[in-house]
Amino acid sequence: MPRWGMAVDLDRCTGCEACVTACHAENNIPTVGPEEAARGRAMHWIRVERYWEGEFPDVRLTFRPVFCQQCDNAPCEPVCPTYASYHTDEGLNAQVYNRCIGTRYCANACSYNVRFFNFHNPEWDRPLDLQLNPDVSVREVGVMEKCTFCIQRINAARIDARAETEEGRIEDGTLQPACAQSCTANALVFGDLDDADSRVSRLSRSPRGSKLLEELGAEPSVTYLQKGDWDESGGG
Amino acid sequence: MNLAADKRITDELLKPLQGSSRRYRLTVAALMLVVSAGVAAWAVQMYSGIGLTGLNSPVFWGFYLVNFVFWIGISHAGTLISAILRIVDAGWRRPVTRCAEAITAFALLIGGVLPLIHLGRPWLFYHLIPFPDGRGLWPNFRSPLMWDFFAINTYLLASTLFLFLPMIPDFALVRDRASGIRRTIYGWLAMGWQGTPRQWNRLESAMHIMAIAIIPIAVSVHTIVSFDFAMAVVPMWHSTIFGPYFVVGAIFSGIAALIIAMALLRRLLRLEAYLQPLHFDKLGKLLLTMSLLWAYFVFAERLTVWYGNEITEMPVFWATFTGEYAPAFWIMVAGNFVLPAVLLSTKRTRTVAGCVVASVGVVVGMWLERFLIVIPSLSYRQLPYTWGSYAPGWTEIVVMVASFAAMALLYCVFVKFVPIISIWELKSGNDMDDAPHIVEAEARDAAAGPVPARGEAS
Repeated sequence: MPRWGMAVDLDRCTGCEACVTACHAENNIPTVGPEEAARGRAMHWIRVERYWEGEFPDVRLTFRPVFCQQCDNAPCEPVCPTYASYHTDEGLNAQVYNRCIGTRYCANACSYNVRFFNFHNPEWDRPLDLQLNPDVSVREVGVMEKCTFCIQRINAARIDARAETEEGRIEDGTLQPACAQSCTANALVFGDLDDADSRVSRLSRSPRGSKLLEELGAEPSVTYLQKGDWDESGGG
Repeated sequence: MNLAADKRITDELLKPLQGSSRRYRLTVAALMLVVSAGVAAWAVQMYSGIGLTGLNSPVFWGFYLVNFVFWIGISHAGTLISAILRIVDAGWRRPVTRCAEAITAFALLIGGVLPLIHLGRPWLFYHLIPFPDGRGLWPNFRSPLMWDFFAINTYLLASTLFLFLPMIPDFALVRDRASGIRRTIYGWLAMGWQGTPRQWNRLESAMHIMAIAIIPIAVSVHTIVSFDFAMAVVPMWHSTIFGPYFVVGAIFSGIAALIIAMALLRRLLRLEAYLQPLHFDKLGKLLLTMSLLWAYFVFAERLTVWYGNEITEMPVFWATFTGEYAPAFWIMVAGNFVLPAVLLSTKRTRTVAGCVVASVGVVVGMWLERFLIVIPSLSYRQLPYTWGSYAPGWTEIVVMVASFAAMALLYCVFVKFVPIISIWELKSGNDMDDAPHIVEAEARDAAAGPVPARGEAS
């Protein structure tokens, strides 16, 4: 049984936001429009946080792509009264849209703020409405949604793997979520954390690695890689 | 006391049930209009989506849950006043208990609806109910919202019983004086009450069991409401003090609501002879006690947060102490602590009017307290990148106003169908040991007017 995880190399990220666009296209995420976005209702399953370091003109800009950390000990899961948010066998924090009644408790419990609520029924400006992904359901008003690690791709890959090989193992590198696939800088690496030889496993063990808000004990499956002042070699 | 006095009590307390004035009917019509506006706002919100509210990311909970916690808090009036006073057999409780128990039942009805209005898809609320279905799905009993669902339903059932039981002899009294359809309805409500010793015995034991049982239920209800917040790792929510802090706040706001309701009843239904300055004096002392307890909890909570100086909690602390939410915070402190402490500490200002002014301050302050618990913590969560703010949308304001109108409406209708002061309890009190005190107090108030003269022993 795989345990899906991601490694994000912050030293590689250019902040181009191709991942954000790809995610919207892949997962049928509505565009809420400028007014709603200004009210804090934009829905981006992955966002690129921007940080400025230093004083002008000696300024350095850094980026941090943040998406669901698919925590092993996820605070969003136990608080849902209807089991709409639950833990899959493969370590994903899944969301059952049909089960969600919209208490929004999961979004409060999530310290990473990566759960998004459908305040209105979804709409897409033309021609975006013509390119909806048939593999992903469209969510109605009143439902919570979030990054799934492109579970539709995982399921498709599993079916292919079962058809093609005896043990049905998904080979490392054959499966990518939309964000990783579109990352020109190769900053996002996805794979099976239970496979010690997978690329994501090796990167996650890097001395450059750290977890976001690790002190909260949610045990995220996402590792952020960043060169620290203490580590001139770079590791990983 | 004698038969003539008993008859006077019965006549006076049944008077509101015998017809209504034009002013009353206009008030009820106006209140119904406001409540309908609230229902309409909810309908529009269901059609259009929660987007009509001011909710956003990161403030996913807003006015609906502020008002939910507020009303569940108000509902603690009935239990803690009525049940505790019954158990310790305080004689002065007799004219007060039913006003308090009615507040409990109505506040729970209102408070219980608000989380449904808050839901993204309220038409699927039955997913919260454990029922056998083909998919074998059960609600998640690890969720504090499930605990809430059961706690509030248990409390609603228990407090309705607690309100209903002592009404039975009074229903029988109305039945015996009525005719036609009224007689049938009250006869049904009186459940065959004949006033036999056996029936009295059963009623007394049932009341006793309920009075004891409802106290742990009430304490658990507001503890569980606090757990909705305390279980989440959100700055200044995740606190062990929240359970008792919420219970104290609930009783505090409940007593304030009771004092306001009693003052209105006294004025509007001409019950000055029954709801006396003595009762306000005693409730004022209780309110003062709760005010001091509340202040102690706030002090303990805020000092530990400030001293701990945790990086995630300090933004919330300063936002409420000196920042954007500071006006609400200091109005809360003034209403919940300064005003009651000043007005209720001395006998001179612990009058009916003084108690009412303090109570209005407490109700406003406790509402703000609920606001200050829900909103600032969500605005300033762990990641500064996601900080936000919140202002209510129009549906939230209309529903909030409607919730207050619903309380007034339910109360207005209630006093026209049920004697708001328990007639049989008042009469039985007159035969008991404490009767001389009541008679004495009555006589003194009659002599001294509504305000007891200074220097007199209470």
